[in-house]
Amino acid sequence: MEIDQKREIRFNEETMATVQKIIKRYPEGREKSALIPILHIAQAEFDGWLSPATMDYVASILNIQPIEVYEVASFYSMFNLNPVGKCLIEVCRTSSCWLMGAEDVVRHIEKKLNIHVGETTADGQFTLKTVECLGSCGTAPMMQVGHEYHENLTLEKVDELLNKWKAEGKRSRYC
Amino acid sequence: MGKKLLLEHVDVPGINTLSVYRQKGGYASVEKALKTMTPEAVVEEVKTSGLRGRGGAGFPTGMKWSFLAKPAGVPRYLVCNADESEPGTFKDRYLMEKIPHLLIEGMITASYALGARTSYIYIRGEYFYVAQILEKAIAEAYEAGLLGKNIFNSGFDHDCYVQVGAGAYICGEETALLESLEGKRGNPRIKPPFPAVAGLYGCPTVVNNVETIAAVVPIVNHGGAAYAAIGVGKSTGTKLISASGHIKKPGVYEIELGVPVEEFIYSDEYCGGIINDRKLKAVVAGGSSVPILPADLILKTAAGEPRLMSYESLADGGFASGTMLGSGGFIVMDETASVVKNLYTFTRFYHHESCGQCSPCREGTGWMEKIMHKILDGDGTMNDIELLWDIQAKIEGKTICPLGDAAAWPVASAIRHFRSEFEEYVRRGHSIKDVKHYYSTKGIPEPAYS
Repeated sequence: MEIDQKREIRFNEETMATVQKIIKRYPEGREKSALIPILHIAQAEFDGWLSPATMDYVASILNIQPIEVYEVASFYSMFNLNPVGKCLIEVCRTSSCWLMGAEDVVRHIEKKLNIHVGETTADGQFTLKTVECLGSCGTAPMMQVGHEYHENLTLEKVDELLNKWKAEGKRSRYC
Repeated sequence: MGKKLLLEHVDVPGINTLSVYRQKGGYASVEKALKTMTPEAVVEEVKTSGLRGRGGAGFPTGMKWSFLAKPAGVPRYLVCNADESEPGTFKDRYLMEKIPHLLIEGMITASYALGARTSYIYIRGEYFYVAQILEKAIAEAYEAGLLGKNIFNSGFDHDCYVQVGAGAYICGEETALLESLEGKRGNPRIKPPFPAVAGLYGCPTVVNNVETIAAVVPIVNHGGAAYAAIGVGKSTGTKLISASGHIKKPGVYEIELGVPVEEFIYSDEYCGGIINDRKLKAVVAGGSSVPILPADLILKTAAGEPRLMSYESLADGGFASGTMLGSGGFIVMDETASVVKNLYTFTRFYHHESCGQCSPCREGTGWMEKIMHKILDGDGTMNDIELLWDIQAKIEGKTICPLGDAAAWPVASAIRHFRSEFEEYVRRGHSIKDVKHYYSTKGIPEPAYS
């Protein structure tokens, strides 16, 4: 993935208003509590990952040291510290999903997109990851794309979704 | 049909909206508590109910509440643990998604009992769409004056906020959750002090699971004694069970505690039996952390008594022949499933989720995953099985938080009850490599992925 070094890192007014609203949820002097919610917003705004520039920007908003942001961003698995494709596909692989065929789903997507787990397609459209239990055990196997849960997967259903997403240039987003 | 206290109205169209929820008697517990009860009286009802923490530990909720320190001039907090991440568990997601106002109602009533002016619902980041559902419900509640200032003209003010996490199982541990809520890494704190004395921002705090807080609603509405009349012994009330794996009807079931395990697995009211009517092989009864049990021991205790879905009955026999109710994550495996491969997914999970603070857990979980990988690849030796046993024993009880125990118990129980299967993997050597890790009924591994 190529990194756009000139990418401007700054929230627009509307997003900044949302951010300020979140900060107000916490008592005075405890604004750092807003760090994780703001990192989610920053990741969604700035290409799906947290570059050092993005993290420094978030630190400046909360008036904390950049290291305080780095140590948090590197702890939580939903924060991407490297660029990802437009559409991040996360397949659950823990117990119940495995029992119901998650490995078949992963291998199928690998074949279909011609990438391995952890890789991004050459056109930058898809990144494939495996993740630990997403609380969808009764509707296994499943995969998450942004805030969408796709459950009770079959290989046919996966094909259908991938074809659709390819055609529409799908973007995965949480916020 | 068992009694339903939480999910009674779950199938009513529009129950996720405030208007329908109130038509069905919603927010009655808030009105009753604020208008007719003192906070102490609410705590007493919860004590009488015998309600135990539904997140997994099963600690009596009323007792936990009564530990809350109340120094003058210091704010108190209620924090809802909606970080549901225990593999096999998805009940809180179901409850919040289907009937979000039940949780909000419980938050207000419980906050009144505890004297908390502010509460937070900490929900795992992956449940982002559920967080949005909660936000919408909270907005409706504010609009209707059920949140905010002077609720029901009682003089009680309350604000409730949703906080999303970002992918860390460890944040389900209450002190790690508080760290995360403060904008830090989710490293569990050394206890004491317990959150009841020094929790969020160093203030007295109660952290309760989603289902626990929701259960406060029927307890206040009908009284603690009525709640305690349901269930068996010290397992009072109802419990949400997340059923998954090789069953005909996976899903979330509200059971009266004390239902026989056999009935839960085979009756049409619940799981509906095993897929394709295959034979039951094993069950993980309470989420990935609890010991796995083979079919004979999950259906009957070692003494031959029918095993019940209750805290006590599932624990009967200790870890030698019993397990735990845990979070109610009920994972069923039929005769085609490999316990060894399933354990590998667990060891990988705990290695991934260890926060890295304590050496036995940080190093041990990694070792266990690697050894399991080696065994699955057909490179394992009989000595590796002993080594696994040795490592798990050296993690258990030697870490700041229970994640260490949670990582050790599945390994210990799988070896205890299914040692021959581990030995089979070792004996087969490289012929086991690339198999699908399902045993066919004839005991011959199915072909590799095509």
